[in-house]
Amino acid sequence: MRVRKNDGPVKWVLITISALFLFVMLILPLIYVIVTSFKDGVQYFVNAITDEYAKKALILTVWVTAITVICNTVFGIFAAWCLTRYSFKGKKRISALIDLPVTVSPIIVGLIYVLTYGRQSAVYPILKNLDIKIIFAVPGIVLATVFVTLPFVAREIIPVLNAKGTEEEEAAALMGASGFRIFKDITFPHIKWSLLYGIVLCAARAMGEFGAVSVISGHLRGKTNTLPLYIELLYQGYDFTGAFAVSSVLVIMAVCILILRSIFEKNLIKNKD
Amino acid sequence: MKKRLGKVMAFVAVSIMIMSVTGGCEAAKEDSTGDGDVMQMTNVSYDPTRELYANYNEVFKDHWKEKTGQTVEITQSHGGSSKQALEVANGLEADVVTFALEGDIDVVADAGLIEPGFTSEFEHASSPYTSTIVFLVRKDNPKDIKDWDDLTKDGIGVITPSPKTSGGARWNYLAAWYYFEKQGMSEEEIIENITKLYKNVLVLDSGARGSTTTFTENGQGDVLIAWENEAFLSMKENPGEYEIVVPSVSILCQPTVAVVDEIVDERGTRELATEYLSYLYSDEAQRVEAENYYRPSDTDIIEEYAYDTSDNVITEVPEDGKWIITNIEMTDIEHFGGWPAAIDKHFNDGALFDQIYEN
Repeated sequence: MRVRKNDGPVKWVLITISALFLFVMLILPLIYVIVTSFKDGVQYFVNAITDEYAKKALILTVWVTAITVICNTVFGIFAAWCLTRYSFKGKKRISALIDLPVTVSPIIVGLIYVLTYGRQSAVYPILKNLDIKIIFAVPGIVLATVFVTLPFVAREIIPVLNAKGTEEEEAAALMGASGFRIFKDITFPHIKWSLLYGIVLCAARAMGEFGAVSVISGHLRGKTNTLPLYIELLYQGYDFTGAFAVSSVLVIMAVCILILRSIFEKNLIKNKD
Repeated sequence: MKKRLGKVMAFVAVSIMIMSVTGGCEAAKEDSTGDGDVMQMTNVSYDPTRELYANYNEVFKDHWKEKTGQTVEITQSHGGSSKQALEVANGLEADVVTFALEGDIDVVADAGLIEPGFTSEFEHASSPYTSTIVFLVRKDNPKDIKDWDDLTKDGIGVITPSPKTSGGARWNYLAAWYYFEKQGMSEEEIIENITKLYKNVLVLDSGARGSTTTFTENGQGDVLIAWENEAFLSMKENPGEYEIVVPSVSILCQPTVAVVDEIVDERGTRELATEYLSYLYSDEAQRVEAENYYRPSDTDIIEEYAYDTSDNVITEVPEDGKWIITNIEMTDIEHFGGWPAAIDKHFNDGALFDQIYEN
């Protein structure tokens, strides 16, 4: 494709605007985070991120992310399969409902769970008898995180399954292949890159989730404080440098995820060709 | 290539599953109380007490170990006092609550978790340490602010949170009220002066920490009406930028502590929780409180930390740790008929504060 000569200035103006926008919105704050986290020296940075509570928050965040990813991968595959391979009444509505979690404000998600499973709810005595703790404990955090990241995997697979159509699967079924075999040998190879892509998006969002988790965690230090909550705690305790140091750990985790994402994205495009 | 990817994914999936199962077991183990010789308890508190309880917990762990041979693990939770109270009422399992106001513990008691009469369970109406309201001014006090009446003068910028949402702000308001009352004013005159004071307010934040940030980080106003412990913390964080002025009269703020009956009975931690709160009154703990800029309830300990000049201004945080200005007359909430009566008269919708602020 040849670029026409007279759109030169427009192109450069647009590029400058986008670059400036990116710089002000993203790069400058990121630099600020990194610089501030080393403001009081490398030793302070190391101390801040190797603090016992920081480590516990990191471990909890990794756990919650891992469990969330597993749940949503399983759910995502099932939901996508169900929505693209069967036709039934109310299918459109379910398809729309899957998107609800990302459109609802996270604080509402937190409050819903507090109201449903909290001490004042009708379910609470039953849970108490069974010795199950949901809110203000790790299960609640997982529940809230799973909820807010629910659509990511399904949304990535559905278009691929739709585009692919059902011919190959039907053929395999006619030849007598079992359902699992069809999934393993025919469906899965098509969706694997978009599945991984969805998993990465889901993990990224789960790691950083703040709003819903903040409502439901109870902020028990070393027990239910995830990394984002721990950062807030440090910040409010006037420990700005510590807050930024832990933030940069979260930023690094996000960057790793971003690298994974671009690898998967490349393969996704390759696969489509 | 395809096969390898499948294997890698299977491996990742299996290892994650194993990790979750072991992690879940560990979490379950941690949750149980009284596991062997390790006792667990949770203290749900409010925002400014983080440093205090971080220090006190170390002291208490040693004390409990000495007394019973058991190791205690104490989990802390901090946040806005009223928000924390609501979370406990909603099922956040706290063995003890240590809040800014008696009223916040009432919220937990109303939910049926704490039996009535908790204020008589420990000495000094269950307030092991107190605080008061002071002024934080900019270095060298350029506007020469000495006492409450200076805050009503023209051209003074005052920073205080809204008494509608902040516990600290209610203490500020009542302290001002008491000052004007002490001048022998009638109620009309008091209201007139307090109206003038609130006309000088530049920013009415929703909470105490917010007001502190407005004054220190954003540089708004000439004087911040603040908790004494918050004022000292600001001085410590920004040396040489601020001074504390202690007015001639103020109010005794009594943060209240209580054992959460339902939880301790369920977990079998009543003895531990009760000792945790009553040890706050020991000499050792009272010194920890003084070192974190709370006023101890023990008058002998106050004496140890008393500021040794008659001046009511502190220009820098005293290096010898003697910071308590005793030259101050304090009223308390009883003077206003207790919290329910004070809230009714001053802070409810349409009550005095609303009328004052509308003018």
